[in-house]
Amino acid sequence: MYETNFHKAATAQDAAALLAKTDDGKILAGGQTLIPTMKQRLAAPSDLIDLSQAVALRGVTITKRKKMGIMKADGGETITIGAMTTHAEVAGNTELAKVCPVISGLAANIGDPAVRHRGTIGGSVANNDPAADYPAALMALRATIHTDSREIKAEDYFQGMFATALADDEIITAVSFQAPALGGYGKFPNPASRYAMAGVFVAKSVEGDVRVAVTGAGDNGVYRHAGLEAALSADWSTAAIDAVEVSADGLMSDLHGTAAYRANLIKVMAKRALV
Amino acid sequence: MSEGIGARVLRKEDKRFITGKGRYTDDIVEPNQAYAAFVRSPHAHARIVSIDTSAAMAMAGVETVLMGPELVADGIGNIICGWGVTSKDGSPMNMGAWSALATEKVRYVGDAVAIIVADTKSLATLAAEAVVVTYEELPVVVGSLQALAEGSPQLHDNAPSNLIFDWEIGDLAPTDAALETAAHVTEMDITNNRLAPNPMEPRSAIATFNDAEDHYTLYTTSQNPHVARLVLSAFYNVAPEHKLRVIAPDVGGGFGSKIYIYPEEIACLWAAMKSGRSVKWTSDRTEAFLTDAHGRDHVTTAKIGFDKDGMIVGLKVNTKANLGAYMSLFSSAVPTYLYATLLSGQYNIANIYCDVQAVYTNTVPVDAYRGAGRPEACYVIERIMETAAREMGVDPSELRAKNFVTSFPHQTPVIMAYDSGDFATNQKQAQKAADVAGFGARKAEALGRGKLRGLGYSNYIEACGIAPSAAVGSLGAGVGLWESAEVRVNPVGTIEILTGSHSHGQGHETTFAQIVAERFDLPTENIKIVHGDTDKVQFGMGTYGSRSGAVGMSAIVKAMDKVEAKVKKIAAHVLEAGEDDIVIEGGAVKVAGTDKQMLWHEVGLAAYTAHNIPDGMEPGLKETAFYDPTNFTFPAGCYICEVEVDPDTGVTEVVQFVASDDFGTIINPMIVEGQVHGGIAQGIGQAMLENVVYDDAGQQLSASYMDYTMPRADDLPNYSVHHASTTCPGNPLGMKGCGEAGAIGSPPAVINAITDAIGNNNLSMPATPAAVWTALQAVSSKLAAE
Repeated sequence: MYETNFHKAATAQDAAALLAKTDDGKILAGGQTLIPTMKQRLAAPSDLIDLSQAVALRGVTITKRKKMGIMKADGGETITIGAMTTHAEVAGNTELAKVCPVISGLAANIGDPAVRHRGTIGGSVANNDPAADYPAALMALRATIHTDSREIKAEDYFQGMFATALADDEIITAVSFQAPALGGYGKFPNPASRYAMAGVFVAKSVEGDVRVAVTGAGDNGVYRHAGLEAALSADWSTAAIDAVEVSADGLMSDLHGTAAYRANLIKVMAKRALV
Repeated sequence: MSEGIGARVLRKEDKRFITGKGRYTDDIVEPNQAYAAFVRSPHAHARIVSIDTSAAMAMAGVETVLMGPELVADGIGNIICGWGVTSKDGSPMNMGAWSALATEKVRYVGDAVAIIVADTKSLATLAAEAVVVTYEELPVVVGSLQALAEGSPQLHDNAPSNLIFDWEIGDLAPTDAALETAAHVTEMDITNNRLAPNPMEPRSAIATFNDAEDHYTLYTTSQNPHVARLVLSAFYNVAPEHKLRVIAPDVGGGFGSKIYIYPEEIACLWAAMKSGRSVKWTSDRTEAFLTDAHGRDHVTTAKIGFDKDGMIVGLKVNTKANLGAYMSLFSSAVPTYLYATLLSGQYNIANIYCDVQAVYTNTVPVDAYRGAGRPEACYVIERIMETAAREMGVDPSELRAKNFVTSFPHQTPVIMAYDSGDFATNQKQAQKAADVAGFGARKAEALGRGKLRGLGYSNYIEACGIAPSAAVGSLGAGVGLWESAEVRVNPVGTIEILTGSHSHGQGHETTFAQIVAERFDLPTENIKIVHGDTDKVQFGMGTYGSRSGAVGMSAIVKAMDKVEAKVKKIAAHVLEAGEDDIVIEGGAVKVAGTDKQMLWHEVGLAAYTAHNIPDGMEPGLKETAFYDPTNFTFPAGCYICEVEVDPDTGVTEVVQFVASDDFGTIINPMIVEGQVHGGIAQGIGQAMLENVVYDDAGQQLSASYMDYTMPRADDLPNYSVHHASTTCPGNPLGMKGCGEAGAIGSPPAVINAITDAIGNNNLSMPATPAAVWTALQAVSSKLAAE
């Protein structure tokens, strides 16, 4: 690792102020990608600004949906997850598990216990690894990414592998989304890294809008699958998925599998997401 | 005696290992220590045009930057392969020059070009990055078939067509004749995938030069410190042996990769002398992938013939062995004398012919890795037997059984003379444990769940306990492969065993103590095992080839024979009895049938006070023995693997793995089972997970754990491990080696099971989900076409 200056910030505002003073500073939001990358000398930020003490950025809040001013109990809750909430905290939140179990299950299967106790949702979303799990979830759940300066729709936020709408000095503070009426995540882990080789997040909102987002398989990061969305909009069933032709075009080929194999996995994982 | 032979004594060494009290090379800090980093080639094949070290040398805290030409000028010798193999035409192998630091050319990514010595590790790494090397890139070749093809890039001038040797064994004409008249012939292309060894502790070295005494000390991660000293001294001219001490302290796994003397240790010793600093280098994981000797990498065609009764009439094998960019220490022996000599498997085969072309490529050098040649042989014979059985429509276990060798000794046509074994009993025991009879019902049940279930056998035999010195000498080995031991009984009766074997995970501190406890009827607590230091231990050939039991312990037995004889002489003298009447039991040395005795420690004291010992006897109680085995040992067994394949994804689960092994006498069943478990884990790793992949430019695509799939707990089943032993007649304890068997026997069982499940025999290792799914698609499109 190249030498770097280490800072701790108590709030997002403090972090932004510190960041502004650095040559090439980076926010440390858990470091489960950044630190290994630095150890391999593939990244050399001048400064690291650690957000782990920023308590206001941690935690899950659940707001029940209001209908004509009256609280409703049957789905559609707004879930807000602070950017510095670890995967283990998301996975272990019992209230969240009641209203949106698919997110709990997704978080519980990220990496290994060490990763889950350091890695955060904000870090994952900021990095936008093309094989990470959260980008698929946020895309399919029509989430909003909150930063210290604005709100960005997931759709606009994810812009291809490792590319996002974030400005260099912008800090994610939270993500929010509505609990879906139906949702599931099918993940096929890479045998070596255990990142997704194909991760398919399916969601049907309480308004009936269906979205299917795919991570790990595309050659340019997370994307929505129009064919699967159309099929599931018409008929929320595995039979509907069977009838979809998933093309290998635009999918990744590497030493772990061909594009054709990944196309197959997308279909199989979509079905498993439904079950 | 509860701690003697056959007892499940808990490992004495584990307390320090699991409480962080181990002392590994990187834990050692010398006064005035500096750190080394290497400038490595980013190209797989290039000419070095120029090296500019000025920026690195100008950095404060950089002690020195040293390069190949200076190393050569200082007389440091080229790295050698210590086993000469002769080609068919009588010519010697073409060993290309390998300088510890490259001089004119680099031949693989990671080839060392310069060594930096600096005050800190971080500074050394920065300085290495500041060295500017200008390369003229050359064409690259990574596969053995491509390397042999006409017009391929040439690595070494003295190896035309990149051919190192073209070697043969067996008789060609009778084998061809047998295959021509065979009632059935099965022919296969078989690839044995390249593996990275991945010991938990990466390689490390710390070299010190004392200029007042003109003496070097090297701490290093070695499986054989005396061999390291011998080679460093005799071939690399670092220092004569009496001026070079090599210490291999606690070593965290080797699997073969720590047998060899690598460029880094040589360069650290030389740099210590040049800089006046102690020089420490510890590999990181990426460097380990790029520079630790790899294993396997064979491309083979094989042909086996049967008569109308299913009896084997002949086997013909051709193998191309990829040895990488340079010949590592024992690289030539692995695809020849450790491989083709095992092609007879457990079977009576009258005619065998094998020829092997060893090839240079722009890849990491390849050498012995757990099993070393024998997994490759076992994979050939056990894949082709299973395939032949399927083609002939006969039960694969019956086809094997009818061809078993049943009388011993058995001379194969490929050098080996099997001394003992009971292949049928092991097969029956494994079949019973695996409930082979119930397989059909399990397969049907699995199909009901949408899973494809398959069963595969592997009846392995291997040759280990390496090796009779004169025999291996006649085959080209540059060293003898005996072992030595010293048994020191202290004046207070405690015992130190100095052994030339080296423990880097094998548990010698426990098992070696057990055989001493058994012989002298003492608690293992009173016995200490000393190893791994050329200043302490007389000499030794180290640990590899499953030799520490059959050879290392046999040397201890021989030394204990001498100690016992002297103890009896002293006791007979003191107790005024005949030597033949003296017995050793219960911590005492007794006159049988009387109440006359000396306590064990009283004999020790008597030997050292020498107040009352027989006339003419030397004082003291310390004996040394060198043991040279008369033959290899031949562990054998039957492995049965059962898998379930998810046809949607190709994901394969090993649902049952049964091993029945013949290891002869077992000293500590717990440790032997651990060896089998670990071996099978690596075998399943090879069969389903692990693979070194290069791109056409010679870059390793799999050089991190993001892409190189190590076996993890959830990839592996609960093993069902059994033993059916025959005593090895070749050594005093009747032992056979157990360290490599699991890795040798398991890969074909796994692939035979998966190919059985999917109905497509065309499947290479590793059988990843993608590979299995692709093979399944081939079957379904074939079915659809029909």
